[in-house]
Amino acid sequence: MNLGTSAIIGGMLFVLAIFVGLFAPWLAHTDPVMGANLVNAEEPPSWIWWFGTDAQGRDIYSRVVHGARISLTVGIVSQLVNSVIGVTLGLTAGYWGGWWDDVVNGLTNVMLAIPSLIFALAIMAVLGPGLTSLLIALGLTNWSFTCRIARASTLSLKSQGYVQAARVLGYGDLRIMITQLLPNMIGPIIVIGTLGMGGAVLAEASLSFLGLGIRPPYPSWGSMLSEARDQITTAPWLSVFPGLAIFLTVLGLNLLGDGLRDVLDPQSRSRRT
Amino acid sequence: MTAAPLIEVEDLRIDLDDGAKHVAAVEGVSFRIDRGETFGLVGESGCGKSITALALIGLLRRPLSIGAGAIRFEGREIQGLSAAEQRALRGNRIAMIFQEPMTALNPVSPVGRQIAEMFVLHKGKSWREANQLAVEALANVRVPAPERRVKDYPHQLSGGMRQRVMIAIALACDPDLLIADEPTTALDVTVQAEIIELMRNLCAERGTAILMISHDLGLVANVCRRVGVMYAGRIVEERGSDDIFRAGAHPYTQGLVDSLPRLGSRAALGRSRLREIAGVVPAISDFPSGCRFNPRCAQATEICRTTVPETTWLGAGGLVRCHHHA
Ligand SMILES: Nc1ncnc2c1ncn2[C@@H]1O[C@H](COP(=O)(O)OP(=O)(O)O)[C@@H](O)[C@H]1O
Ligand code: SF4
Ligand SMILES: [Mg+2]
Repeated sequence: MNLGTSAIIGGMLFVLAIFVGLFAPWLAHTDPVMGANLVNAEEPPSWIWWFGTDAQGRDIYSRVVHGARISLTVGIVSQLVNSVIGVTLGLTAGYWGGWWDDVVNGLTNVMLAIPSLIFALAIMAVLGPGLTSLLIALGLTNWSFTCRIARASTLSLKSQGYVQAARVLGYGDLRIMITQLLPNMIGPIIVIGTLGMGGAVLAEASLSFLGLGIRPPYPSWGSMLSEARDQITTAPWLSVFPGLAIFLTVLGLNLLGDGLRDVLDPQSRSRRT
Repeated sequence: MTAAPLIEVEDLRIDLDDGAKHVAAVEGVSFRIDRGETFGLVGESGCGKSITALALIGLLRRPLSIGAGAIRFEGREIQGLSAAEQRALRGNRIAMIFQEPMTALNPVSPVGRQIAEMFVLHKGKSWREANQLAVEALANVRVPAPERRVKDYPHQLSGGMRQRVMIAIALACDPDLLIADEPTTALDVTVQAEIIELMRNLCAERGTAILMISHDLGLVANVCRRVGVMYAGRIVEERGSDDIFRAGAHPYTQGLVDSLPRLGSRAALGRSRLREIAGVVPAISDFPSGCRFNPRCAQATEICRTTVPETTWLGAGGLVRCHHHA
């Protein structure tokens, strides 16, 4: 598979997920929480109930569609927070060096030493479940790779002629960082961010599965899996469809990230021009 | 002229301090440039020309620093200015173009934007106005179809075009002094001549003073009214451009003159080798005592090895530092 195909397939999956999330109220057949009706309990997938129904008679299709909103919100917002933190720390550390660089390096090493899911788990345990806690927990714990890349890029870009030239032209530090450094490292940052977004969707699912993230009855893909645990043999559709949604979204983001890496990588770019 | 010169360098020393060693990379360098004047610094690579230029705009960074002396711009000492005041001078009152037009432009930003940024930064213009002014600035450096070229990225332009863009950026804010450090070294010969001509005309029209830096005495003398010859961190001779060719007083200057191809000479036609000065510029840590040129000088005597030559004043404001000058 060449780089174009992988990025296009990944991009299409991601755009599809976003589309579903954005238009969830129009795509869903019933209300994902209130649409319970015991008359329809545990129906297998059919023409009426596309993905089947659960023990309370809620439409799984409608719940998966609404789940896209929560999972993607968590994935996108928390990764944006991570990217902003990582870029800000890495860029300033690489640019200014000195004690600030030591502080950022120390912090990064600590973050790298603790598995980010464990760290997020600890934060969730303190903050309690819920969307806001999830965004905080996942947004603060996965910036170390971005930070490393931003710092390393800054170190190598700093000696470039155009960065020196900007100094000679009277640019201040902030202007140099924003106009000369950031745009020249944005490719790898976007790649890491895309892959990280997939990681965040998975992390949300894991935390919600453990009962620490989104709590039932609200439908995130993770909380749906959590609820479906006991019926995995009797009503497999309860786990299959949210599981599939997670799988396709994360696969899409990984393919997109890998594809973008090849497109945006300055080395492969210079090779082609 | 009784007013303060545009820029005045007095007894400048630049220290190189890499933790272990502490040596002077440049010392006793003095020169002045008046408004609209053209002054050149010439000397082989490694003589300290570029770091002198960096000192002028307050951009020496570790391990280099100003050890002694003063640099005054319109009578105000640059070292006494705050970081913000220095930035307000750079690119605005004192501009600089470099050796490397290939790398001095941001590869991911359209050239028009890079020009416009100067108006936004130093003149407080809105982006809308600044973009308009960028088109004019490109037209001023004779770039054809400037309203289309502003959208181009640097890699879409030739080396010569890029250097024109650099000149447009440097002259955008109508600076009082343009420092050109080897501005054409990376370009091929025909383009070199065009760029130099353009730079000279633009500066003459606007009354912009030029500090031209090059290893090429012919180029410097062609652009500048006065020339300072630098060797191993010191100015060894300062003369009017005409005098330097007719009657270079320092053996190093004479060596530079002799190594120039003369129009129609056998060397210019590629039939014989130029007379180059034997040997190389010493590294900063190996500067010889006395006159630093003595290991390479045919006229050197004992005193040259022990004693630094004093300044001898020649006619018409010229000076030379050599025990046995012509
Ligand atoms: N950042 C630096 N660190 C250490 N030495 C330097 C640095 N910059 C320049 N030098 C040294 O200072 C001397 C003068 O350099 P430079 O001003 O670039 O010479 P020129 O421009 O005349 O070719 C050289 O010996 C060079 O090796
Ligand atoms: S002082 Fe002596 S060594 Fe130096 S240039 Fe003059 S003659 Fe040569
Ligand atoms: Mg130089």
